[in-house]
Amino acid sequence: MARGQNHGPGAHGYRKPKDFRNTIYKLMKYIGKYKFLLSIVVICLFINSFAMIAGSYFLKPIINDYILPGDFNGLGKMLIILGSIYACGAAASYGYSRIMVHISQKTVFVLRRDLFHKMQDLSLKYFDTHTNGDLMSRYTNDIDTISEAINNSFAGIISNVVMFVGVIVMMLVLNPFLTVITLIIVSVMLFVSQKIGKKSKFYFSEQQAKLGSVNGYIEEMIEGQKVIKVFSYEENAKNEFKNRNEALRIAATSAQSYSGSMMPIMINLSYINYAITSCVGAIMVIRGMLDIGSLVSFLQYTRQVSQPINHLAQQVNTILAALSGAERIFEVMEEKAEIDEGTVSLTKVIMNKDGSMIETDKNTDTWAWRTIDEFGNISLIPLKGDVRFENVVFGYNDDDKVLKDISLFAKPGQKIAFVGSTGAGKTTITNLINRFYEIKSGRITYDGIDIRYIKKDSLRSSLGVVLQDTHLFTGTISDNIRYGRLDATDDEVVEAAKLANAHNFIKYLPLGYKTMLTSDGGNLSQGQRQLMSIARAAVANPPVLILDEATSSIDTRTEKFIEEGMDSLMANRTVFVIAHRLSTVRNSEAIMVLEQGEIIERGSHEDLLANEGRYYQLHTGQFELE
Amino acid sequence: MIKKLAPYISKYKKQFNLGCICTGLEAVFELLIPLVMAYIVDIGIRNRDIEYTIKMGLLMFLLSLIALGLGLASARLSSIAGQGFGAELREAEFNKIQTYSFKNIEKFSTASLITRLTGDVHTMQMSVTMGMRMLIRAPIMLVCALTLSFYLNAELAIVFAVAIPILAFSLFLIIRKVRPYFTDLQEKTDGLNITVQENLIGIRVVKSFVRGIFEKKKFNKSNEEMMQASERAFGLVVLNMPVMQMIMFSTIIAILWFGGNMVFSGNLLVGRLISFLAYVNQILFSLMMISMMFMMATRSVACAKRILEVLEEIPDIEDDNNNYDYEVKNGDVKFTNVTFRYYEDSSENNLTDINLDIESGQTIGIIGGTGSGKTTLAQLIPRLYDVTRGSVEVGGYDVRSYKLETLRNAVAMVLQNNTLFSGTIRENLKWGNAHASDKQIEAASKIACADEFINRFPDKYDTMLEQGGVNLSGGQRQRLTIARAILKQPKVLILDDSTSAVDTSTDAKIRQSFKRELKDTTKIIIAQRISSVYDADQIIVLDDGKISDIGNHSQLIKKNEIYQDVYKSQQEGVGFSG
Repeated sequence: MARGQNHGPGAHGYRKPKDFRNTIYKLMKYIGKYKFLLSIVVICLFINSFAMIAGSYFLKPIINDYILPGDFNGLGKMLIILGSIYACGAAASYGYSRIMVHISQKTVFVLRRDLFHKMQDLSLKYFDTHTNGDLMSRYTNDIDTISEAINNSFAGIISNVVMFVGVIVMMLVLNPFLTVITLIIVSVMLFVSQKIGKKSKFYFSEQQAKLGSVNGYIEEMIEGQKVIKVFSYEENAKNEFKNRNEALRIAATSAQSYSGSMMPIMINLSYINYAITSCVGAIMVIRGMLDIGSLVSFLQYTRQVSQPINHLAQQVNTILAALSGAERIFEVMEEKAEIDEGTVSLTKVIMNKDGSMIETDKNTDTWAWRTIDEFGNISLIPLKGDVRFENVVFGYNDDDKVLKDISLFAKPGQKIAFVGSTGAGKTTITNLINRFYEIKSGRITYDGIDIRYIKKDSLRSSLGVVLQDTHLFTGTISDNIRYGRLDATDDEVVEAAKLANAHNFIKYLPLGYKTMLTSDGGNLSQGQRQLMSIARAAVANPPVLILDEATSSIDTRTEKFIEEGMDSLMANRTVFVIAHRLSTVRNSEAIMVLEQGEIIERGSHEDLLANEGRYYQLHTGQFELE
Repeated sequence: MIKKLAPYISKYKKQFNLGCICTGLEAVFELLIPLVMAYIVDIGIRNRDIEYTIKMGLLMFLLSLIALGLGLASARLSSIAGQGFGAELREAEFNKIQTYSFKNIEKFSTASLITRLTGDVHTMQMSVTMGMRMLIRAPIMLVCALTLSFYLNAELAIVFAVAIPILAFSLFLIIRKVRPYFTDLQEKTDGLNITVQENLIGIRVVKSFVRGIFEKKKFNKSNEEMMQASERAFGLVVLNMPVMQMIMFSTIIAILWFGGNMVFSGNLLVGRLISFLAYVNQILFSLMMISMMFMMATRSVACAKRILEVLEEIPDIEDDNNNYDYEVKNGDVKFTNVTFRYYEDSSENNLTDINLDIESGQTIGIIGGTGSGKTTLAQLIPRLYDVTRGSVEVGGYDVRSYKLETLRNAVAMVLQNNTLFSGTIRENLKWGNAHASDKQIEAASKIACADEFINRFPDKYDTMLEQGGVNLSGGQRQRLTIARAILKQPKVLILDDSTSAVDTSTDAKIRQSFKRELKDTTKIIIAQRISSVYDADQIIVLDDGKISDIGNHSQLIKKNEIYQDVYKSQQEGVGFSG
């Protein structure tokens, strides 16, 4: 949640969409599924606009032909006709807006789904280079603007254009001369709104920049609030905030003044239009060039003509915001998915006495790699847990080398440890076994198979990981442990918790295994969360285990308590261990000392001590008391 | 609620009041225009008086120009008032949070505090800017238009007397029905956001356990629920417009019918009938605006409540007036019968009967299991929490008698969660002392063994730390936070597991330089590793919130079981089977 509010660029307000047409095209593909409903919407829109226009036009005959001459019956009839036209209009209005709600909600539903599904397929590198807040804002801000735009703008644009054209046509029919006056005023409106739009755009980007600065400051300071307290930094923070806040206030006031003046200008220009038209119209009536009924109808139209312009001006902003939002969403959707071209998959097997294997659906705890050659022949290779690195070179970016020419092997059942200072590349090695990242050169093999040929899901299912940072999900304790294997029974969950020594604290919780956890796991200590994480790996029961600082937040005493559990967890598996504490890695078959991406020493604890190299120094550093 | 928020607009009261007046007048002037129109038709056209017509036309033109001027003024004034209000509110909130104690901060989550400062304030200031316009304009429009229509023809105006309640009632019904739907929608939206957020934060776990499909299913469920909730809510909201149209149209027809009849009988002039039609729009639209205001208001009320919660929270540790204004004279620390629990009503103490006597300049180690109360104990020294019973003294006086700033300047604590801020390394270190010279900064970095990696950066002390130092390793961050604390030249320096990510040899080096350079400073080191504390003058062994033993390494190793356990476990290593 910490980074949750960290909106990326464009989260507030909008940036200019880069490729207008393409984005509209892609968005249209989503909306286009509802062609039938959309055509009903368009029909409803026409009916509604027509009703509004016709309603105003009817005033002319009603006044001229019925009210002025005093035709009582005729007036009644005309009003019934008018009433039915209006009723159709109102019904159509409900029809299209209700359908549009459905279309827009369904569209953003699909958009959200596609976005999320796509994100699951992206590589870790993508998540490393994008902040969570930035990605999150696509689900919130961007989707919101799109749904708003589909909801309002699609119908709005059509109905407003129809209205505008229809009104102008009717005005021309009623009186071309008066129409010219209206057209002149309308062009003034357009001109003014454009001018203001330009000006306010400038002030708005100014406001966005200042807003970003204030929000950024708020986020950082609130997240670091405890540090502020400890350093008595409150006054400095207040002053800095005051400055930024004041700058925002000034910028925002200008921006809002400009955009706020749009409304009164438009409304009052339309009144000016009304004033001029009624004055000139009245003179024409006096001169006998126009009848009163037409004047009344015409005046009604002058009121109606400014509304579409107003709305269209507003909708331009909504649409631009939606398009830039859509563009950000499509950017994610077009991102390259994680490379997963492997064909070798993991399968459960029953091992016969003669060593031959049969695939099965049952939980046998025996696994095999299922390979298919180019002729479609299937062969099974037993999973042993033999992992080898051959001259592996890796860097997170093109120009850096985090690992330089790493070669190592872990035979089935062996425990391999990595020691070294932070940044030496320990975690990186385990990330490569999982194939979270692609190596630059060299080869990693798993039971003799290059891991690039193994399906990623299969590869990762065969590896259990306990990470340094434990992430829990909203749900109960047992839900969280079961994350390791979804079909684990309650007994298996408890068994795993016992193994990880987590059972001890869980049973004291008021609801035990049914205790709800929140995402940040605030109700558990760092150490307890790590125990949960170990239980999660235990329930998964994977052939190969990676422990990345798995016990760093557990004090050494508790660590001793879970020793037995850890032993049985690691028994008969290949295990990769990363640890700061040398005590944790001491009795591994092989310890690799990493420094700046290279293995500088390797061997067993005793070998390395006898070597009197870096490991020896580290070791004696810790126990200099002796 | 309005009473509580009103003070924050007081600085912009003039603009606010003027703005309201302008908006009101603008509405009045706009309303006069159709009235003038009635005169044009009924006098100008009827009498064929062109001069009169032109005069009236000019009057209408003038009225709309005045209305335009007033409209522009109100736009300007309302944005000054609205933005000013927002700024004041934001600042008041931010400043208030600065007075919070740890307990207060923990009560609200960080994320929620941020929303209350950003999104909520934004909504509030929008409602002021928009509300000023709508809330003033709509009722004035409504009242004036009604008055004028009664003036034009009281009998015909009865139509409005029927139409307005009907519209008001139907809008009220819709709003009342839709409100729970929106609450539901908000819950569903939160649910969806949590699913995404957790997925993003735990993406490594998701990928490691190959839970992509599981996550997709989970998301689909929330997504589906959210869609249904929003379709239900918005599906009802869209009823507003047709209902409004329906009533407006019926009113027009009624006016034409009754008005037409009145014209037959000579009780009404045609011009007045036309003006009446113009008022239909204005009256019903203002009702519509009022109903929209109510919709907005429900959201603003929720935001205002959340903001007020922040503003009204009572900081539980504060300077009171009787604090002495003296300095902390040395680093003596004394705990007398200290008992502490985080929550008053919890049954178990987090610390029980702690008695400690630490002399200035000593090095103290604190060892104990997870949850044994190490951090809690240390946090009482800079008075980040107040003791439940007993007393904590620093420099010979109770910590509660010092000014908070004085005390915390003298007691530097390096927290477990080592937060750095965006800015250069130098700027971050200067948190410890804003006026520190380059020499002092370098000296402090040297003590914390941070100089070796800082000097390797091309920009050295001017290296930018992105997003709180994501470009540094954990150990590097820890060393910077230690240097930052040293720069305060504290009398007491507390390290809360602050070298856990630093390798053992650097850890040892840091301790050596502490001994050399910080002779007079009391050093309290909370650690997991025995090696970090074995050479301390006193080592406190905590167990379940109680002091199990105090002594130096050689004493403890002989008599304290817990200490022996910890020592053994680190000596021999946790015996993983091969």
